Amino acid sequence: MTSIRLVGDELRPPEPPPRRHLISIADLTCDDVERLLGTARTFAASLERQVKKLPTLKGHLVVNLFYESSTRTSSSFELAAKRLSADTLNIKSAGSAVDKGESLKDTALTLSAYDPDVIVIRHPQIGAPQLVAQVTEAHVINAGDGKHQHPTQALLDLYTLEDELGRLEGLHVAIVGDVLHSRVARSLVQAFALVGIRTTLVGPPALLPRDFPAETTIDIDSIREADVVYVLRMQNERMEKGENFVPSLREYTARWGVTPERLRPGQKVMHPGPMNRGVEIDPRVADAPESLITNEVRSGLVVRMAVLYDLLTGGPVGVQELATAEVA
Amino acid sequence: MTQMLWQKDLSGADLVFRGARVLDPAEGIDARLEVRIDGGTIAEVAEKVDANEHRVVEAHGLVLAPAFVDPHVHLRTPGREDEETIASGTAAAAAGGYCAILAMPNTDPIVDSAAKLGSLVETARREAEVPVGFLAAITRGQRGEELTEMGELADSGVVGFSDDGVPVASAGLMRRALQYASITDRPLALHCEEPTLSHGGHVHEGRVAAELGFAGYPSVAESVAVERDLALAEYEHGHVHVLHLSAAESVDALRRAREAGVAGSGEATPHHLVLTDDAVRSLDPNVKMNPPLRAEADRRALLEAVRDGTIEAIATAHAPHAAHEKEVPFEAAPFGVTGLETAFAALYTHLVEPGLLPLETLLERMSAGPARIFGLDRPRVTAGAPANLVLLDLEREWTVGQRPFRSRSANSWLLGSRLSGDVRMTIAAGSMVFE
Repeated sequence: MTSIRLVGDELRPPEPPPRRHLISIADLTCDDVERLLGTARTFAASLERQVKKLPTLKGHLVVNLFYESSTRTSSSFELAAKRLSADTLNIKSAGSAVDKGESLKDTALTLSAYDPDVIVIRHPQIGAPQLVAQVTEAHVINAGDGKHQHPTQALLDLYTLEDELGRLEGLHVAIVGDVLHSRVARSLVQAFALVGIRTTLVGPPALLPRDFPAETTIDIDSIREADVVYVLRMQNERMEKGENFVPSLREYTARWGVTPERLRPGQKVMHPGPMNRGVEIDPRVADAPESLITNEVRSGLVVRMAVLYDLLTGGPVGVQELATAEVA
Repeated sequence: MTQMLWQKDLSGADLVFRGARVLDPAEGIDARLEVRIDGGTIAEVAEKVDANEHRVVEAHGLVLAPAFVDPHVHLRTPGREDEETIASGTAAAAAGGYCAILAMPNTDPIVDSAAKLGSLVETARREAEVPVGFLAAITRGQRGEELTEMGELADSGVVGFSDDGVPVASAGLMRRALQYASITDRPLALHCEEPTLSHGGHVHEGRVAAELGFAGYPSVAESVAVERDLALAEYEHGHVHVLHLSAAESVDALRRAREAGVAGSGEATPHHLVLTDDAVRSLDPNVKMNPPLRAEADRRALLEAVRDGTIEAIATAHAPHAAHEKEVPFEAAPFGVTGLETAFAALYTHLVEPGLLPLETLLERMSAGPARIFGLDRPRVTAGAPANLVLLDLEREWTVGQRPFRSRSANSWLLGSRLSGDVRMTIAAGSMVFE
């Protein structure tokens, strides 16, 4: 597998047909990932200019439909759409007709009456984005569905890794923590496999899914061998009382918390947020210069711009022209 | 003998079948024979029969077999008549080639008293297109706390007892149920699931669940319950029937118990015999069922058990759901799929045609097998027996969903599938119920 090439100044020919939706990393090829990261890189350059807004998606409507709380994802999708001059409509389940018992299908049909070009959906249940894709004409972007997928998170992490380390292929990333309940981990494992990154999953036995197609270990010391340590949030809210995945958070932190002592000097650390400081990640690690956590947030904006752009235009043609164009 | 099947009054058919291949595995018949039915009773089975001015059905190229018996159907009545009624469910059964179906008691309210059973029997006498029998709950309200009045329920005509939909969680209560059910001579039909192991699970615990992020419902959640209940049945000399087997470990447990002389029987559904958890990758709520679709090794174990007779019955576990209840994200969807109108064609297409299961075995497991388990008269092609016959066209291909379902619900796992093997005619308890 080749490492990700960036779209340079030259434009690449239009290749695969446009994808209608981004629901799972499993829907993408290595070429798709390469194209998306290249587009994101171009947008990153455009954001360094004084006028940060591009006219690219003027007249398009992006609906953000969030059934779960979110800071990073919802704000970056909204800003990404606005930077591309799309109109945005943000619907949160609290305070909407969902409170009155409206089904997801009916909410999606209602919103589709406005002819949105894109519906970005976050939902606590696996399969929600598929349903929206079935009942509307919009392009659907999965911003997290249950424990299934969070594909834009994985893409922005690839972007961050390549930006920081200069390559993707051949890297080794240890993903530490509650893999079982993590949609981020599921998207990452697939994305890493696509681009040739070796993945090791590390965590307590009951939080590593059975029969998962990846290297797994309970040994926290193994994280030292990785180029990058990716720390997952310990998902308290998913841990029903009496489940006993681990005896206590205290025990978890003692055994699997990522501390400076467990890292090699200079080892890079990532975390999708929000963090539980002092639980899965030691504050000294979170705040160290090796932490890429705020880089991830910055990458989120350009990667989501690239995803919106890619779905609506079907590829990289004209990226550069658009990137250099002024807002009309 | 107590009556256990009810249907509306229909006139007995006068018919002659000519040219069909008559296939009754339990009677050892596989020959081109003619069959005459006088007033709903098979009068003659011979190479050449007198038509007696009856209507003659020219059935060249078709198979005439004992009609099917489905030991596991949800008729949703009372409580969810929008999903199924006794009329619609039995009409679906007729179209699927069934001459008898047994309805589960997990309705609203639960069938747990002779009074509630009585009202169902009355409805069945008014509107059932094919004979229908009823199971009553093992525990009141299926709450798993107190036994139902099994003696009175048996006298009132239930075919068995089941808390299907929920397991009997307490081993002690299961033992008491086995002890008491022995006075009724009716089997306990068991939904085997250890709820503390299946807790929250939607999908078989394996690679597919791990990749997609579903909470796993492991095979062991079923097999520990099967092992427990077979051990209790052995200890109490009771008769248990294991519903909708899904896991290889459960099949092994049943085979061992039967070899040891335990009165244990089992059933498998068409969907567990045809699909694996790989189908869940579609996230289609119509492949969500309890127990879940399992791995290929489990599917093969079920198939082998159907072949060798460890599993004596094919059951559809026909579970109708309203369209709006299945048009939700996979995780939010209820468990269950329909099956009455597709069972034969699905299994003929996916198991018989590829040579995985002999047609004779399929016919036996869909008819004589389930009848035997529940002490019902076996449908048969023999003079003197009531006519319970299905006329099958093995050549005809059809697409599921193209013609309307007779069931009120359409949550079939086969929607859009092309199947071969179709039911041309069903005669149940002597009456023509589907043509």
